[in-house]
Amino acid sequence: MAATVGRICGARLFKNYGIVSPQVCQLSTSTQGWTRNRKLFLSTLGVVGGGVGALLFALEQSVQASGSEAHPPHQPWSHDGWFKSLDHASVRRGYEVYKQVCKACHSLQYIAFRNLVNVTHTEEEAKAEAADVMIKDGPDEEGNYFERPGKLSDYLPSPYPNENAARAANNGAYPPDLSLICSGRKGGEDYIFSLLTGYVDAPAGIVLREGQNYNPYFPGGAISMAQVLFNEAAEYSDGTPATASQLAKDVATFLRWCSEPELDDRRLMTIKAIGIFSFLTAIIYYMKRHKWSTLKSRKLAYKPVTKN
Amino acid sequence: MSLWSTLNRGVFKRTSTFAVAIAAGSFFFERAFDVASVTIFESINKGKLWKDIKHKYEN
Repeated sequence: MAATVGRICGARLFKNYGIVSPQVCQLSTSTQGWTRNRKLFLSTLGVVGGGVGALLFALEQSVQASGSEAHPPHQPWSHDGWFKSLDHASVRRGYEVYKQVCKACHSLQYIAFRNLVNVTHTEEEAKAEAADVMIKDGPDEEGNYFERPGKLSDYLPSPYPNENAARAANNGAYPPDLSLICSGRKGGEDYIFSLLTGYVDAPAGIVLREGQNYNPYFPGGAISMAQVLFNEAAEYSDGTPATASQLAKDVATFLRWCSEPELDDRRLMTIKAIGIFSFLTAIIYYMKRHKWSTLKSRKLAYKPVTKN
Repeated sequence: MSLWSTLNRGVFKRTSTFAVAIAAGSFFFERAFDVASVTIFESINKGKLWKDIKHKYEN
């Protein structure tokens, strides 16, 4: 590879132009200096690169169209947009939905009670939430495992001790961990919202096995999870009417927070990056104009040698 | 004597004072920039952030 590059670029790669001369001798953008090999190499590179990109795009598009599942429509999430933070009241309600509904089957093993502090709960509330659950701890001095009330540093307890237990209790289907589900599923919160509110009767010709339900947004259509979100399926502490779509929206927002707890920081960082880079761009533009001013404003005069 | 030439003579000419000026300037610039960014962020997201709803849960 290095040899090829060296052969194409020739000695120019190693040539020392000094400090000033590159500005002068490389001003020309004509291709006169390119050898035939170099032109061939660069055009091959361009054609191959563009072709591979187009092929990947076409393959991706055809895969998207080939599935049998319905594509979730896009919902107007309050955290959609370059500068929009999560709606923390909604995240808090979503946690309540998780606690009252989802927790029966789904674990949330990468979220700790301390993560809730100053996001959805005050420290006292988070401590109370943790104290409500029993955490298996141990071994103690006699080598026994014991249960104790949770602390802030504990992770949310899982409903089943392991995957096999979860499968055995759920007709062979494994309820996935929800910590990263919002980033892990195509469509993100749109998919979760559509899935939770999209249960319908199976159309004619679709055969479901026992314990399965039909949901057009689930790949394959047959899902082992039954519809869980109905009106008043959970209770909100802030008095928001608990309709099915409200529950689905809040739990999807909560799961987006679980997947990307740094989302608010990223939105803030976007503002900072735009600010600082526009500032730097202005400086660089000024510096470029400043440095080039002598070059741009010089005049070349042809002065014939006079015969004396 | 204009402000610029005073600044030039008093601060920028000597490396020691110039370095101190850069350090002090970066401190104040960063502080001001952070405050301005956070203010913009919080005004865009007014009512959605934890600091806007926490008064309901603190006693």
